[in-house]
Amino acid sequence: MEPSSLFNLAPWIIFFPVIGLLLNIILGGRMGEKAVGWIASLAAGAAFVVSVLLAVALVSEPEGVTVPFAEWIHIGTLQLDWAFRVDTLSVTMMLVVSGVGTLIHIYAIGYMHEDVRFKNDPSRFRRFFVFLNLFIAMMMILVSGASYLMLFVGWEGVGLCSFLLIGFWYEMDTLGRPSWANANAAKKAFIANRVGDFGLILAMFTMFWAFGSLNFEPVFGEARAMAQSQPWVIVAITLLMLLGVAGKSAQIPLYVWLPDAMAGPTPVSALIHAATMVTAGVYLIVRSAPLFSQIYDVQYIVATLGAATALFAATIALGQNDIKKVLAYSTISQLGFMVAAAGMGGYVAAMFHLATHAFFKALLFLSAGSVILGMERGHHHLPHHKGHQEEVFDPGDMRNMGGLRKQMPVTFWVYLIGALALAGIFPFAGFWSKDEILLEAAKTFPAVFWMLIVAAFFTAFYMGRQIWMVFFGEARTPVAHRAEESPKIVTVPLMVLAFLSIVGGALNLPYSHRLEHWLEHTLGVYAVAAQEGSGWVLISWGGLNPRLALVATVASLAAIYLAWRVYGRRPLTTGQPDPLSRLGLVFTGMQHKWFIDEAYKFLFLNPYVRLSRFLAEKVDGAFWHDWFHDTVLTGGFNWFSRTALNQHVDSGFIDGFVVNRILGEGTRRLSARLRGWQNGYVRYYALTVVVGVVLILGYLLFR
Amino acid sequence: MVPVSYYIILSSVLFTLGVAGVLIRRNPLVILMSVELMLNAANLAFVTFARQYNTYSGQLFVFFVMTVAAAEVAIGLALIVAIFRTRRSIDVDQMSSLKG
Repeated sequence: MEPSSLFNLAPWIIFFPVIGLLLNIILGGRMGEKAVGWIASLAAGAAFVVSVLLAVALVSEPEGVTVPFAEWIHIGTLQLDWAFRVDTLSVTMMLVVSGVGTLIHIYAIGYMHEDVRFKNDPSRFRRFFVFLNLFIAMMMILVSGASYLMLFVGWEGVGLCSFLLIGFWYEMDTLGRPSWANANAAKKAFIANRVGDFGLILAMFTMFWAFGSLNFEPVFGEARAMAQSQPWVIVAITLLMLLGVAGKSAQIPLYVWLPDAMAGPTPVSALIHAATMVTAGVYLIVRSAPLFSQIYDVQYIVATLGAATALFAATIALGQNDIKKVLAYSTISQLGFMVAAAGMGGYVAAMFHLATHAFFKALLFLSAGSVILGMERGHHHLPHHKGHQEEVFDPGDMRNMGGLRKQMPVTFWVYLIGALALAGIFPFAGFWSKDEILLEAAKTFPAVFWMLIVAAFFTAFYMGRQIWMVFFGEARTPVAHRAEESPKIVTVPLMVLAFLSIVGGALNLPYSHRLEHWLEHTLGVYAVAAQEGSGWVLISWGGLNPRLALVATVASLAAIYLAWRVYGRRPLTTGQPDPLSRLGLVFTGMQHKWFIDEAYKFLFLNPYVRLSRFLAEKVDGAFWHDWFHDTVLTGGFNWFSRTALNQHVDSGFIDGFVVNRILGEGTRRLSARLRGWQNGYVRYYALTVVVGVVLILGYLLFR
Repeated sequence: MVPVSYYIILSSVLFTLGVAGVLIRRNPLVILMSVELMLNAANLAFVTFARQYNTYSGQLFVFFVMTVAAAEVAIGLALIVAIFRTRRSIDVDQMSSLKG
């Protein structure tokens, strides 16, 4: 087939998931779980195949095309179409989304099979896959749109799916107790994202006001000229966009929703809140590279924000005891790496880390899900089953685990691979991508570089802590002792992801720079970092700086050694406090997320609640409803209708005067007069006729 | 030749006599005769103007008027006979049942 005709397949990346979800909605009820799961997985897989075909087409036409699909909004100068932007950047995202997405779909068949049974609602199995397919479709719209508004449609769509899936078990908390905890987590995610979306909307308004268009091509084409004539326009657009990024990609100050989002089922955490949706913000920055690259100060802000998030979230991850919470903060931290990279102008490095992170973080989350399932199976096998009302067991608490490598060997090995990749150990995928980010940072913003190195150190430490707490030592609870390995349908996707986590670095190895050359077709001059660097950063083995790689690796290895000293040498025993608690207040801060949630509650939530109370009770209730509505409106209306209208106008004037006097009395008198004419004498009638005729004739003659 | 105005004056006088007769007299027969008087006053005016303008339409119209008058008198007399049969009187002042 001609490459250009392959491009016309682009809409199918959305239609396949939509067909899948429609099939499951309409027919899913009559089919078994297997069929539902495989239809959804095949739909995602078909989207992946289309993405691969698009990538194949791009090999011969690498500059990419815009595939028009439907007219959308044509109002005045606003010309927006539903068009698909197929270029190397969007196809990279499509491949990551649909590839990782397909594996997670398959994993979810096994995971949800057990999850719905532990939570006693097997009928919810189908709903999960409908949401999952909807998410894939929305994510595809996000990455394939040729305009900011189309991107925004997907942006909101994935936000909706995130909300639906975080609150999937909306009537319980993460431990299955009846509560609104999960629903509240979903709301929190949605509202935090709303704050960010507000920024993105304003960015789009500003963009339309300044450029007269929301399509990528004209905006990017005029970006440079605009940056010279009106730099503040670009500053406004990019900073407002950054607010959107902070919401979607969980950066300071809006990251607080992501840890709570772990209330969703684990495949959701892996797919949406680690691998794909949260990287949409990074994609937005990379896509908007022509805007972000114009102003140095903006780049500095973005990079610093990303690095600060990376460091801050990494410290919180050190103090968490929930296996998924650690990974959640790790995700925030790694997203901070990507945002920092994109801010520094290292767009390729950001995309590279985005792809490898999608592999190993999806792997880690899914493995964590496998661990949780194993723990739940162990809990299920415990003999005391009558009284599990009084003691609630948390299968995700790492303090309840220990020694799981014996019970769950496959999960252990893939988890180890994911952890090493995340820690950035040679030769795993994370090493290469993190190294590129660090190199960019060393070249552009040294302060950011040191923040990221410290964050990388913490990363390796908390992953080491997790590995030793979960898989090594002795089982700390009878449940962990009875934990069981997961079935093939769960472990096979894990193995595929583990393989990708090992070799993922091959995307952009030094000397070859495949991803860089691939993205160069889309990003153009922005693919290559502006600054060449100087001094000790200058030495390079084909893009890999040996000193820098050494610093990063030494930091990671030191952190792992430290983790072993603290957690590995003397494994935790049941009920033992965390060894890090010797750090005192610092550890308390880490454990309680530096009290940011509480601070937000104090600074924003409580005043907001007070304000809304005031508005509801005082302004709306007392003033508006009681005084204005009841007294002024109702009272005024009553006075007006009863006294003024009824008593005076109606009874007094209309009834008393008009009806009685004029109509009643007047008619009576008139009739009394007129009755005299009707005397029955013919001659009077004749006289009337004569008088009438005379009057008419007189009028005609003398007018 | 007698001037046209003489005829018109005569016609007016006859018509006024007719009107007065209708309004004043109480005998329906006389009233009918007065009506005939008015009709013939009109006929006289028709014929006069027909002569003056030298057309026939006026003269033709007189025939119609005479025909209608004959029919009208027939109906009028029939009414009088009918009224006399019920009331034993033909005084129009006694026929005042329309009095309000």
